[in-house]
Amino acid sequence: MDQLLFAVSTIIVGVFGCVAYFYFSNIILDRVYPASGPNAGANINKANAIRPWLFVLPALLVLGLYLVYPVFSTFFLSMRDARGTFVGADNYTWLAGDDKFRESLGNNLLWLVIVPAASTFFGLVAAGLTDRIKWGSVAQSLIFMPMAISFVGASVIWKFIYDYRGENQGEQIGLLNAMVEAMGGTAQTWITLPFWNNIFLMIILIWIQTGFAMVILSAALKGISEETIEAAYLDGATPLQIFFKIKIPQIWGTIAVVWTTITVTVLKVFDIVFAMTNGQWGTQVLANLMYDWMFRGTPDFGRGSAIVMVIMLLVTPVMIWNISNAHKENR
Amino acid sequence: MEMAGTKSRLTWAVNLAVGFLVLLWIIPTFGLLISSFRDRDAISTSGWWTALSASEQNVIVRADVPDNAVQEGQVWVVSGNVFDSGAGDVTAFGITSRAPEAFAPGEVAVHANGHEITVGANGDYRIAYAEQPSGSRGQRLFVRAESPPSFTLDNYREVLFAEGMGKALLNTLTVTIPATIIPILVAAFAAYALAWMEMPGRALLIAGIVGLLVVPLQVAFIPLLKLHNNIGIGKGYIGIWLAHTGFGLPLAVFLLRNYMAGLPGEIIESARVDGASDFAIFRKIILPLSFPALASFAIFQFLWVWNDLLVAKVFLGTGEDQVVMTGRIVDLLGSRGGDWEILAASAFVSIAVPIAVFFSLQRYLVRGLLAGSVKGG
Repeated sequence: MDQLLFAVSTIIVGVFGCVAYFYFSNIILDRVYPASGPNAGANINKANAIRPWLFVLPALLVLGLYLVYPVFSTFFLSMRDARGTFVGADNYTWLAGDDKFRESLGNNLLWLVIVPAASTFFGLVAAGLTDRIKWGSVAQSLIFMPMAISFVGASVIWKFIYDYRGENQGEQIGLLNAMVEAMGGTAQTWITLPFWNNIFLMIILIWIQTGFAMVILSAALKGISEETIEAAYLDGATPLQIFFKIKIPQIWGTIAVVWTTITVTVLKVFDIVFAMTNGQWGTQVLANLMYDWMFRGTPDFGRGSAIVMVIMLLVTPVMIWNISNAHKENR
Repeated sequence: MEMAGTKSRLTWAVNLAVGFLVLLWIIPTFGLLISSFRDRDAISTSGWWTALSASEQNVIVRADVPDNAVQEGQVWVVSGNVFDSGAGDVTAFGITSRAPEAFAPGEVAVHANGHEITVGANGDYRIAYAEQPSGSRGQRLFVRAESPPSFTLDNYREVLFAEGMGKALLNTLTVTIPATIIPILVAAFAAYALAWMEMPGRALLIAGIVGLLVVPLQVAFIPLLKLHNNIGIGKGYIGIWLAHTGFGLPLAVFLLRNYMAGLPGEIIESARVDGASDFAIFRKIILPLSFPALASFAIFQFLWVWNDLLVAKVFLGTGEDQVVMTGRIVDLLGSRGGDWEILAASAFVSIAVPIAVFFSLQRYLVRGLLAGSVKGG
C-alpha cells in the first residue's frame, strides 16, 4: 500500500509540478515583457516569440533525453567493447559472422514478410465481411479484443494451444494436438519443431494485429463514396468484383499505412519470443538477442548496442516514409 | 440495392464466414479462461473443451471394511457413498473387473460369497451380509459415473495469495497510473503550441516527433540505464515512470496535435481578440474540447504500460516489490511450465483489467487508432 501512496503522491507532485511550471513561467514572461508601457508593442512580439518554447520545453527535454540522446549514445556505444574500449567497427564485423545474429536477422525478415501480410489480409477480409452484416460491430469487437491482451498473456494463451503430452502422459490437452490426433495425425511438440515453430510464434502476433488492421481498414472502406459502388453495381459488377476492383484500389494508401505500422511492431517483437522459447530451437530474433547480450552473466553493451543499431537501421525507411507523408499532409 | 435471391444466399455465406472468423479469434482466449476455473487434475487429464459437458468416467472404489458393518434387523450392513466429494450420477456398476458395468443403479448384485450389493444412482451403496462379516479389505465396486461440470475459484486464490500475483498486480498499478497521467499534461501543452502558436521551426519539430514515433525503444535501454545509475535513481519506479513518459510522448504529442489542429480556428482567434492569453485559451477552450483525444491517448498509454514486459524488465529490479504481472507470468512460465491452472489464472488476473477497459472505452481506442495512423501516416 505504501507503494500506491508513493505512486499517487508522484502523480500529484508530477501534475502539480507541470501545472506550476506552465503557470509561473507564463506569469514571469508577462512580467519581464509587460504588454503595456512604452515598449508594449515590442514586448508583445518578444513574449509571443518566447511563449511557444515555454509550452514545448518540457516535452522537448524529455524526448531529447529519453529518445534522441540514446540514439546517438547507442551508436557510440556500439563502437566500444564490453569494457568500454573503442574498437571501431569490430562489433559489426563480429555480428556479420555470428551464427545467432544471422539466425535472428533471418527470422526477423521472415516475421517481416509474413506477419504484416497475414494481419493485413485477415484484417481486410474481416473488415470487408463485417461491413455487410447486422452484428458486424459485435464481431469486430471480438476480433479486435486481442489488441487489449498483453503479448505475455497472448503467449500463455497460445502456449496452451500448442501444449504437447508425451505418449504415456494421457490424452492431449492442447487444442492443436487434440485436433491433429482427432484427424488421425501424430501429436507434435510444435514449439521445438524447427522452422515451423517460427510460424507458430508469428500466429500469435497475427492474432493480435488482425484486429488493428481490421478497424482501420473498415473505417477506410466506410469512407469510400457510395456513388462509385452504385455505378459499378448498376453496370453489373458482382460483390466480389466491387470489393477487389473498386474498393481495394481506393484504400491502397490505408493498406500501406497498416502494413508499415505492423512492420514496425514486428521489428521490435520481443515479448512473444522471450515468453515462448527465449530464442531456443532456432527462433531467436534481434530484440531478444539484444536483451540477451545486455543481461547475460557478463553483459556486453557494445555488442548489444550494435544489434540495436541494426534494428534502428531496419526501421529507418519507415521513419522517412512516415515523415514525408506527414509533411505532405500538413502542407 | 441488391437482388433478393443472390442477396440472401450471399448474406448467409457472409454471416457464416464472419461467425467462423469470430470463433477462430475467441476460442484461444476462451479455452484458457475455462481452464483457469478447472482444478488441476481436470486440466491435466482432459481437454478444456470437455469441461462444459458432463464427463463420464469409470472409477474403482473400495467400500468400507466389513469390520465396520452394523446390524440392521436380520442383516449386517456396510454403507456409504462412492463419490468422495461433490456429486455425480451413477449410470452402471459392477463388482468384478470382468463385468464392471453389469448392473444398472438400484439393481442388486449378489456376490459369490453370498452378500448382496447395490449402488444407487446418487452413489449411495449398501452391502448386506447375512451374518456378521469380518475383514479389513472393503468390497471393490466398479462404478461408471457421469459427473457434472465443476468449476472452482481455487486457482485464482492460489495465484493471488501464494504465487505472488497479488503483489505483482499492485506493482503493475504502481507503474501504470503515474506513467499514464504525467505524459498527458506535458504532451498537451506541447501539442497546443505546435498546433496553434507561431514559432520558427514548427514544421521541423513536428517532423521530428513523427520520426520519433517509430524509434525502437531498445536504443534507449543501455544509455538510460547507465544514466539512471549515474544520477542515483538506479532500477526502480522513478526510472520506469520517466522512461514510460519519454517513450509515450511522441504518440501523445502527435495524436493531440493532430486533434487540436482540427479544432475550429475561429474560436481561438476570437478568444485572442478578446485578449485571452494563450495559457487561458489552452486551459478554458483547448483542453475541454480535446477530451476525446486525451481519452484516446490515455487508453493507449494505459494498455501499453500495463501490458509491457520489456521496459519493466530493463528499468525495474527483480525483487518481489518491483516485479510486474507480465514479468511474474514469464517467471511462472519458466518455473511452473506445465501447471496450467496456475498459468491460466495468472494470465487472466493480468488480462482482466485491459479487457474491461477495452470493452468499456473501445470507442476512444478506435478513434485514437484512426487519428494515429490514417491521418498522420
